Amino acid sequence: MKKTLFDKIWDSHVVESIPNGPDILYIDKHLIHEVTSPQAFNELKERNIPVFRPDQIVATADHNTPTKDQHLPVKDLLSRKQLKELSQNCEENNITLYGLGHPYNGIVHVMAPELGITQPGMTIVCGDSHTSTHGAFGTIAFGIGTSQVTQVFASQCLLVEKPKKLRVNVNGKLKNGVLPKDVILYIISKLGTNSGTGYFCEYAGNVFEEMSMEGRMTVCNMSIEMGARGGLIAPDQTTIEYVEGREFAPKGAEFEKMKAHWETLKTDEGAEFDQEYSFEAEDIEPMITYGTNPGMGIKLTGSIPVEGNKSDAKALGYMNFKPGETLLEKPINYIFIGSCTNSRIEDFRVAASYIKGKKKAENVNALIVPGSRQVAEQIRTEGLDKVFEEAGFTLRQPGCSACLAMNDDKIPEGEYCVSTSNRNFEGRQGPGSRTILASPLTAAATAISGKISDYTQTLN
Amino acid sequence: MEKFIKLTDTVVPLDAENVDTDQIIPARFLKATDKEGFGENLFRDWRFNKAGEPNEDFVLNQDKYSGSILLAGNNFGCGSSREHAAWAIKAYGFKAVVSSYFADIFKGNALNNGLLPVQVSPDFLHKLFTAVEKDAEEKVVIDLEEQKISIQSSGDSESFDIDPYKKTCLINGYDDIDFLTSKLEVIKKFEKKRSGNQAEPQQTLQTENI
Repeated sequence: MKKTLFDKIWDSHVVESIPNGPDILYIDKHLIHEVTSPQAFNELKERNIPVFRPDQIVATADHNTPTKDQHLPVKDLLSRKQLKELSQNCEENNITLYGLGHPYNGIVHVMAPELGITQPGMTIVCGDSHTSTHGAFGTIAFGIGTSQVTQVFASQCLLVEKPKKLRVNVNGKLKNGVLPKDVILYIISKLGTNSGTGYFCEYAGNVFEEMSMEGRMTVCNMSIEMGARGGLIAPDQTTIEYVEGREFAPKGAEFEKMKAHWETLKTDEGAEFDQEYSFEAEDIEPMITYGTNPGMGIKLTGSIPVEGNKSDAKALGYMNFKPGETLLEKPINYIFIGSCTNSRIEDFRVAASYIKGKKKAENVNALIVPGSRQVAEQIRTEGLDKVFEEAGFTLRQPGCSACLAMNDDKIPEGEYCVSTSNRNFEGRQGPGSRTILASPLTAAATAISGKISDYTQTLN
Repeated sequence: MEKFIKLTDTVVPLDAENVDTDQIIPARFLKATDKEGFGENLFRDWRFNKAGEPNEDFVLNQDKYSGSILLAGNNFGCGSSREHAAWAIKAYGFKAVVSSYFADIFKGNALNNGLLPVQVSPDFLHKLFTAVEKDAEEKVVIDLEEQKISIQSSGDSESFDIDPYKKTCLINGYDDIDFLTSKLEVIKKFEKKRSGNQAEPQQTLQTENI
């Protein structure tokens, strides 16, 4: 039978199928962080259950961590307690932790791929919905709740029903200035925030084949924003070159053996999907969102749809926008470049290339937060820190930061923020904050002009 | 886990679509390391104003509505994987959520906490909202064994789907951990078989590193 990439990976990880019920799915790698793991560790303790496979778990601290003075004790006492519990729990259970200050520390979906922990063909879970990011390597990766974190601790397995299969094809040539973030915001704006519910999504077509791993991660990251549990892209030469030589990637003869296997991981010609959509690359333009879910997106130069239901009207009320309005020329006081969607080196290179030699507008607070210590180091090595500094941007230490504002990095009430993160929900970046999702290039250009503007005319 | 068999109660109608988990429980309340107290902050930023006073327009603050069934618009629970959302709804006192669509992760989290997500057709959802709007005392019956939801006064009903395994768990109060830990020998056998499979090689675990 002809199989999709998703089928191949899923089927090889099924320990047992329960008649009329879910599959017992084996999990290769379990990533954990401070926010969604403490209650799972408590549950194990209460039930006197040991961690079954501690070697297959990797921990990092990212969600509530401060982005300045990381060498000092964390000021917020609740955050400090949560971080301390993570350290204790990891120590008691022999789990490797790359905590605050460790050279490998970073946002879980940035540090795991860059360390070679993420490899094609794996099943990967984490108590975080953006675990879909790792699908960029041709893995089945998805977010889980804390009860499921407990289950994986206890058995290295999950009880899950096999999702249906969706394929999104994008072919053609992307316009100048259109980044992977624009591609995924475009797809979500066309399909809506629940079109993917119940599905795993494979992205196919030359647009994804030609993307860097960083770009593919941005795309797969936001699969959950259309409701899909995960997204994946078949591994190819780009994937293999990215993985090779990374800290925890296989080495030597073992790498060759794994590589030969990874090269077989693709959807068979003629394999069937439950649902399929196709888009033309030429139709995609730089995108921004105007509402309070990621599906409410328009092209940068577009106008807000006139038609909408009660929920759409509520969203526009929250954002203080009107139907039919264009966002061009809207003054913006905050921009944020960071989050597990766009905090990899390529994101900062593209922002820096636009910013170089320019200054941010006076009204703008421009926050740059790398996804990991390694990315921060690379920013310095490439001299991008100087570019940001000279332009008046604030460069911070790594973490989730203003994406979900669990730390001090909050957008004030009523203020707009052009943000490279993944969610524009009400209050996501701080109570009353108004988020406009966009690519790193759009965020950088907004910081320079102090308003939303069509920068595409000025690109080289 | 608490059992769920049959529930007859009044309904709290939350007429909003795409209710995301950041609204159910905002991220700033996720710093707890236990499962206590999330009910107080359920829908925090919709329920209370900046000064912490109840917002009269919000349905949870309206005296005429009460009960352990939350009725909500399409695509409930989208966004983050935080199980704190299910804990908050449960801790507030809800036992079931009815919507025409649930986000995957939320649905799983709810089921793992004995909170029943009941997915109905858009038409039936509309009927439910109309019935409750007409009479806030209207009772709704959710029968898990029969997989049926009905409006008590009119008798209007619809059947709903649930994974048979999950249904058994809820009716008996079992959870997945009990089941999975009973399977450890099978899981070990799977690991052994896999490590010998040359067609799908596995990386040797570097215990000292990862």
